Amino acid sequence: MKTNRMVVFITALVFGLTLAAPVFAQSKVTLLNVSYDPTRELYQAFNKAFADHWLKTDGATVTVNQSHGGSGKQARAVIDGLEADVVTLALAYDIDAIAGKTDLLPKNWQTRLANNSAPYASTIVFLVRKGNPKNIKDWDDLIKPGVEVITPNPKTSGGARWNYLAAWGFALKKWNNDDTKAKAFVAALFNNVPVLDSGARGSTTTFVERKIGDVLLAWENEAYLVLNQLGKGEYEIVTPSLSILAEPSVALVDKNVDRHGTRKVAEAYLQYLYSAEGQEIAAKNYYRPRLKEVADKYASQFQSVNLITIDEAFGGWKKAQQTHFDDNGTFDQIYQVK
Amino acid sequence: MSQLNARTEPRFVRYFLITIALAFFALFLVLPLVCVFHNALSKGWVVYFDALKHPDAIAAMRMTLMTALVVVPMNLVFGVAAAWAISKFDFRGKGLLLSLIDLPLSVSPVIAGLIFILLFGAQGFLGPWLIAHNIRIVFAWPAIVLATLFVTVPMVARELIPIMKSQGTEEEEAALTLGASAWKTFWLVSVPNLRWGILYGVILCNARAMGEFGAVSVVSGHIRGLTNTMPLHVEILYNEYQSAAAFAVASLLAMLAIVTLIAKSIVEAHIRQGQK
Repeated sequence: MKTNRMVVFITALVFGLTLAAPVFAQSKVTLLNVSYDPTRELYQAFNKAFADHWLKTDGATVTVNQSHGGSGKQARAVIDGLEADVVTLALAYDIDAIAGKTDLLPKNWQTRLANNSAPYASTIVFLVRKGNPKNIKDWDDLIKPGVEVITPNPKTSGGARWNYLAAWGFALKKWNNDDTKAKAFVAALFNNVPVLDSGARGSTTTFVERKIGDVLLAWENEAYLVLNQLGKGEYEIVTPSLSILAEPSVALVDKNVDRHGTRKVAEAYLQYLYSAEGQEIAAKNYYRPRLKEVADKYASQFQSVNLITIDEAFGGWKKAQQTHFDDNGTFDQIYQVK
Repeated sequence: MSQLNARTEPRFVRYFLITIALAFFALFLVLPLVCVFHNALSKGWVVYFDALKHPDAIAAMRMTLMTALVVVPMNLVFGVAAAWAISKFDFRGKGLLLSLIDLPLSVSPVIAGLIFILLFGAQGFLGPWLIAHNIRIVFAWPAIVLATLFVTVPMVARELIPIMKSQGTEEEEAALTLGASAWKTFWLVSVPNLRWGILYGVILCNARAMGEFGAVSVVSGHIRGLTNTMPLHVEILYNEYQSAAAFAVASLLAMLAIVTLIAKSIVEAHIRQGQK
C-alpha cells in the first residue's frame, strides 16, 4: 500500500517534470519584446516578417515572445526583473524610468537610434459614434456640458499622458501660452470624464463594448483598429485642428541581451523596424511611418494634422512628467473625485 | 417536532422564499454560466476549437496544469500534516499556526503576488543574488507556483481541521494502546477515516489553483506562449477583441467549475454518510 503510493507519486513527479522541460528548453534564438497595450497586432505581423528576414540573412530561427500591458506597468516589470531583450513602450519617459532605476541600459539610450528611437509615430485623435450626434469637431467641443469623454488615467497609461498633453497644447495655442487658462481648460475636460480606465485598451473597451461616452480620445492606430475591426460603420474618426506627435520609443536592454547572448539579433530586430518592410508593416497597422517613401505611399491613410512636439511645447518628457503627472502635478490638482 | 414547526409557515410564504432563492441563483450563477457558453459558441464550433487549439492557448493550459500538478500535492502534504497537528495535539503556538494558515484568505491576492516581487524581483531582497546565479524566479514558472501555493495554502487544511476535530482522538488512542507505531496509526487509522475529507480539500484546492488570477497576474510577466495561465490568457484574448476565443477558453474553466461542483457534492454525500 505504502510502496504503491510512493510509486504513483514518483511517476507523477517524473511525468510532470518531463512536461515541464520544454517550457524551459532553448533550442533556438528567442527574444522577449516587452511592449505596451495597442501594439499587439503590429508586433504579431512584424515578428513574423522579422523571423523570415533573419532566417534568410543569418540562417537562424528566431522566435520573438511578446508581453503586453499598460506602458508604465511594463516598465515596472522590466525594472523588477522581467528579462526583456528589447522594450517597445508608449513613451520615452517609461524607458527613462528603466534607465534611471537600474543599470540595464545607458541613460543616453534615446540617441542610439534614429528619430529619437521612435521608428514609427502616432497621434491622438477622437473617435465618435456614427453620425457624430454631439457634433464634436475639435478640442473645444469636449468641454461642452453633456459631452462624455473617455480617456484612460494619465497616472498609469502612456496613451492617456499623450491625450492630456495634446489637450493642454491646444489650450496653450488658443490662449497664447497662458498656463492658467490651459489648466482650467483641461480641468473642464476631465470634468466630463465619467470613467478613468488604467490603460488604453480598457478605455476602448469601455467606449466600444460598454457603450459609455460620446467621444474616445485614442491613439490614431487604436482608433483605426476600432473603425475597421470592431464595428464598420458604427464609428467615425474626427481629427482635431491640433494634436501631438506621439513617439513610442524602442530600446535595446543591454544587460539582458548580453546575458542572453542575443545582442546581435536584438539589434537587428530594432533596425528592421526602420527598414522599408518594417515601416510598411507599421503603416498597415496605422502607425505613421518615418521613412519618406513609405510615408508617401500611405499618405492618403493619415489625415494631415498640425502636430506639436513634446520637446517644443513642454520642454521634454522629464519636465512634462514632473509638471503634470508626478504627485501634486497639475493632474492631481485638477482631478478631484466626484 | 422541529420538522413540523418548520412547516407551519403559510404555503405562500414558503413558495415566496423559495422563488426568491431560485431567482437569485438563476440570475447570479446560471445566467452568467449560460452566457459564457453562448458567447464561446457565438461564432460557431470552428472558432471555438481553433481558439482551444491555438499554440498560446495550449501553452496556457499546460502552464495551468503544471502549476496545479505541483501545488496540489504540496498542499495535500502540508494540509494533512497541519490539520493533524492542530486537531489531534496540543502545543504551544497552535493559535499562531491556525492564524497563519488563514492569512492568505485575508490578504488580497495582488498583495500576495507583490510579496514575491519584493522578495525575488531584481530590486527585491534576494534579487541581486538570484541574478548573479542566473536563477529565474519572478516572471517565470517558479513564481507562478509560489504565488498559487500562497493563495491555496488554507484550502486542504481548513477542510480537514473540523472533520478531524469531530472525529476526536479515541481511535488513534486505541491504536496506540494496542501497540501500533505512530506512523502506522496515521496511515491505517487517521487517513482512512479522512479520505473523503482529503479528496474534498484537494478538489477545492485544485479549482482555486487553476482559477487564480490576481496573484499570478502580478508575477507572470504575461509572456504569451510562455508564462500565461488560462485565466491570464482569457484576459489577453478579451483585450484583443477576440471575444469568442476568450469565452472559449473561459468555457474550459467554467467546465472545470462544474466538474468541481459535481465532484464536491458526491464527496460531501460520502462525508455525511461517514459521520452518521
